[in-house]
Amino acid sequence: MLGMIGATFLLALREIRRHLLRSFLTTLGIIIGVAAVITMVTLGQGLTADVQEEVSGLGSDVFIVFPQQSDPNIAPAPFDDADIRAVENQIAGVEGTAGSVSTNATAFHNGQDWATSVEGADSEFFATQSIDVIEGRGFNQEEEARGESVCIVGPKIVEEIFVADEVIGEQMRVGNVSCQVVGVIDERANSVGGGDANDVIFMPLKTVQRRFIGNADNVQFFIVKYDPAYETAVIQQQLIDLLRERRVIQDGEDNDFNIVDTAEINETVNTITGTMTLVVTVIAAISLLVGGIGIMNIMLVSVTERTREIGIRLAIGALAREVRLQFLTEAVVLCCFGGLIGILLALGLSVLLAGAIDLPFIFNPTVNILSFVFSAVMGIVFGYYPAHRASRLDPIDALRHE
Amino acid sequence: MSEAPLIELEGITKTFGEGAAAFQALKGVNLTIDRGDFVAVMGPSGSGKSTTMNILGCLDTPTSGRFRFRGVEVQDLSRDQRSLLRRRYLGFVFQGFNLLARTSALENVELPLLYRGESKKRRKEAAERSLDLVGLLPWADHTPAELSGGQQQRVAIARALVTDPDVLLADEPTGNLDTERSLEIMQLLTDLNKTGITILMVTHEEEMAHFAKTIVHFRDGLVERVERGLKAGAFATSGEHV
Repeated sequence: MLGMIGATFLLALREIRRHLLRSFLTTLGIIIGVAAVITMVTLGQGLTADVQEEVSGLGSDVFIVFPQQSDPNIAPAPFDDADIRAVENQIAGVEGTAGSVSTNATAFHNGQDWATSVEGADSEFFATQSIDVIEGRGFNQEEEARGESVCIVGPKIVEEIFVADEVIGEQMRVGNVSCQVVGVIDERANSVGGGDANDVIFMPLKTVQRRFIGNADNVQFFIVKYDPAYETAVIQQQLIDLLRERRVIQDGEDNDFNIVDTAEINETVNTITGTMTLVVTVIAAISLLVGGIGIMNIMLVSVTERTREIGIRLAIGALAREVRLQFLTEAVVLCCFGGLIGILLALGLSVLLAGAIDLPFIFNPTVNILSFVFSAVMGIVFGYYPAHRASRLDPIDALRHE
Repeated sequence: MSEAPLIELEGITKTFGEGAAAFQALKGVNLTIDRGDFVAVMGPSGSGKSTTMNILGCLDTPTSGRFRFRGVEVQDLSRDQRSLLRRRYLGFVFQGFNLLARTSALENVELPLLYRGESKKRRKEAAERSLDLVGLLPWADHTPAELSGGQQQRVAIARALVTDPDVLLADEPTGNLDTERSLEIMQLLTDLNKTGITILMVTHEEEMAHFAKTIVHFRDGLVERVERGLKAGAFATSGEHV
């Protein structure tokens, strides 16, 4: 039986080679279908991974809370340190909080100047945002408590105004404030405030509140890091209730703040890519169906063309199932070739498109293997009827066939 | 082995079509053929000789009557069972040679062994031996298109012989060949018959029928006359022919 399958396989290869162009055109539907699905899934995964990386720049398992009015003409009240402390002390499952304010200022050093953003952030903020200080050190508690004039700069600042100079320990002027550089942060993909996450100067929260904003308490937004073992929705609801109470919002009035859940962003992206994949899968399914009908058609032509050959095989003792196996193998091999070409095409397309729209290329072995197996199954499904027809031929009639 | 004849046909009828369009090709054929015989089947076209050969070759089944082959009641067998019978005991040679085009002589001869599940090595050995027997081993790699008609028919005979069949059925084996090639083929069949293979051959050429030991004459769907005990291989042997 094994020798039979081997011989049948070789025979199928020979038949396909004999009609190379015809075989290629026949499998085009499968090639396009397979290539479309794999390319889409691969790009979708690249997109998801890309967004996940950006979101992880915002920290994982965190809420970002900021004032926001539904009516853009009314300025919402800012949050202050007391709000943040209340959240940290009163809600179970909250692991830490960190407020932040930011403003724009020009930095000067050694004759260079550079307009950048100044952010007030304490070490808690650095921790929740996974901001790494790669040179020098972070702020210490004393500096944070007293609002001292120390700063940690982003790589962009180093590049723009320090050029070749030593950075750590240098004095620089930011707006009207003179400060000492104590650290440099690693490159980052994204920040909560948006904009270039590397073009930033951090100072202790209190320093920025006092020296730049002129208000000792207010923050523009704060981050709530929670224990993922807790139910996210429950913590979020408690957070909303607490903040409504503190801000004296009556029942029926809208919140004058917004809470962004980073996990929710991930979910949204997953939903979008899922929908896109579904749409392409439906299109691919239609393409594969048309391709399958093409395979069936060409196999029927092949059976008719080779009626005499079938007659000879039957006359010398081939069983019906052996003839069926031969034509089924041919259809399966044809479809597998289509699947293989589709996979290669998808590989090229994915790499090319991922490069063009700046997404990471992630090879997904599962979808590739599945596509190949699916191609083979298509060969069986659409090759069965022609093969069955071949096996039912009457040897006497088949031998007389011209 | 057994005393029973190799082939027994009893009251075989065959009707094609139905109702008003029905045509009775065989009207009750009785015939026995012994092991080792060389039978030539003759008769005008439409006399039923090809239909009989199809039944003898287990390619077709009779409408009624009994066909025993090696004691097996063939009319009761399924399609696949008849295929198994063909691959095990029968070899076919056709008028149109019926070789697979674009396929080498060796592969054509190997084909029946493929369906018997022989290994690649055994297939090649047996096919080469068979091609050697018909004198075509040097042409093993040639495709039918590269061979003459006589050579193609030798390949076909080699293919029929490769499974060591009990019976070789030849339907007008010399129909497409000139006299010289025809005589060569007949000589080959005679030699094979001497090794013990039973040969059943349809022909309309008397010259070729004279190589047989038995001549069966068909007319109007019936066996008209059987000449037995003829001196096989004697080209000049004469008898009372139709």
